[in-house]
Amino acid sequence: MRLTREEVLHIAHLARIELKEEEVEKFREQLSEILTFVEKLNELNTEGIDPKFQVIPAENVLREDIPGMSLPREKVFMNAPETDGEYFVVPKVVKK
Amino acid sequence: MELLNKSLRELGNLIRKKELKPSELLETLLKRIEETEEKLNAYITVTEEEARKRVEVADRELEKLSEDEIPELFGIPISIKDNINVEGVRMTCASKILKDFISPYDATVVKRLRERGAIFIGKNNLDEFAMGSSTETSYFGPTRNPWDLERVPGGSSGGSAAAVSARSALASLGSDTGGSIRQPASFCGVVGLKPTYGRVSRYGLTAFASSLDQIGPITKNVEDAALLMNIISGQDSKDATSAKVPVPDFLSSINGEVKGLKAGLPKEYFVEGIEPEVKEKVFEAVKRLESLGIEFEEISLPHTAYAVETYYIIAPAEASSNLGRFDGVRYTYRAKDYKDLIDMYKKTRAEGFGDEVKRRIMIGTYTLSAGYYDAYYLKAQKVRTLIYRDFEESFKKVDFIVTPVSPTTAFKIGERTDDPIKMYLSDIFTIAVNLAGLPALSMPCGFDSSGLPIGIQFIGKAFDEETILKVGNALEKELKLNTLPPL
Repeated sequence: MRLTREEVLHIAHLARIELKEEEVEKFREQLSEILTFVEKLNELNTEGIDPKFQVIPAENVLREDIPGMSLPREKVFMNAPETDGEYFVVPKVVKK
Repeated sequence: MELLNKSLRELGNLIRKKELKPSELLETLLKRIEETEEKLNAYITVTEEEARKRVEVADRELEKLSEDEIPELFGIPISIKDNINVEGVRMTCASKILKDFISPYDATVVKRLRERGAIFIGKNNLDEFAMGSSTETSYFGPTRNPWDLERVPGGSSGGSAAAVSARSALASLGSDTGGSIRQPASFCGVVGLKPTYGRVSRYGLTAFASSLDQIGPITKNVEDAALLMNIISGQDSKDATSAKVPVPDFLSSINGEVKGLKAGLPKEYFVEGIEPEVKEKVFEAVKRLESLGIEFEEISLPHTAYAVETYYIIAPAEASSNLGRFDGVRYTYRAKDYKDLIDMYKKTRAEGFGDEVKRRIMIGTYTLSAGYYDAYYLKAQKVRTLIYRDFEESFKKVDFIVTPVSPTTAFKIGERTDDPIKMYLSDIFTIAVNLAGLPALSMPCGFDSSGLPIGIQFIGKAFDEETILKVGNALEKELKLNTLPPL
């Protein structure tokens, strides 16, 4: 699998990672190599095989519907880059 | 050094009998950390002050408590891989993006250790977000191998393994997604256990690949691993994937009989790419186990040849989703100059993440994207079923499986950093275990001709850590290796 420059830029956009010009080519090479490497799986016939998303049998985890303690507000915000004490503050997203 | 070389149980007994004060133990350890850190860089944060405050209290409490009231880890300092939360302490995940993050709460494993009297001495270095096999991708610089400072300690729990090996930690907790406890344990000549998926709560562990991650002990000996497993195992309401399975007393069962156990040697694991000395030492250990009455037979795990490829689809896919949260909104780092929200995300992540993390996020983003999901992610999950079935079949015949931990001993710093795939292949023998959710123990079984440790891996049935710990303990007593590095 050889990725194109446009594909790398598209993936980076989806992943929300800005790439410098010199990184585009480096990652194009490396990601292509990794994708080629994993293509080995195509040697295997997996028709009729169920996927194994979880290895231990999934069980419903239930508890009594009683309110418990959650993190106090000051702890929720203690690592926020920007906060007004009640909300996380982000750049404006709505346009006039 | 004599004190730091003692097992956790011996130290616990000395404290319980009031022959050793927690403060004496702490000061001895802090001195060792000071002596070794400049060479090793095994810690990102040493919480010296906090630990001193805690032992001061412990010293006083000890006076008042009677011998049987004192818990087994009373006043004993433990170190923690820096992707696990310890309340009030910085947790960086060895990443620039979290360099100033302070943990708002304790991980369940930390809470459980605290309840048994442990104190925390610091946070160990790792590959950024546990993505790597050498501890070279850390934002805080690489950790060095105590056996040879020019070599890597393995990874991603390289700081934990190096510190335990150098005796600048008494014991540590690491995390293992594809070999991150076992491979560094092997490179540094210490013991590492990856428990069964679901055995130990992951609450408070920074998620990398949620269907593979598991926390486990890195220790000087098998007994210490069993002791820590007794404390950290068990269901936790805060982790819905932690299993409702009874926890045995691992410590009391390690001295059990190994005679008559059946072990499997997978023929696919002893072929190409493995260093002759590694193979030789593993087979010597097998001979010793045979002399103890364990019966060996050849087994086949044909699909493990596809394990690394499967892993490098599943783990990055899960990582790309898990690391989405680091976007400059909630977790400390935010880029300075940006046009709008999307630009803020992109610049924060571009500046905050290192190359290996970016590679994995992008691979995961690609394989999960529209049109590619079936070809990559779904395909890999189906191959995972085949790998799982290989083990299931083998465990009908044998009680546990024996393999090397890694095909080579510790490699040189810088040797593989430019070649991601070569780096990935150092986990070729450990990765299938995570895909199948099984427990596996890594322990030293000898040294190569340059004096570097070689590790052997015992893979157990799901929730049967008891057997592999018991076999490990028996082998340790049989080999009596000197695992103290010349540092």
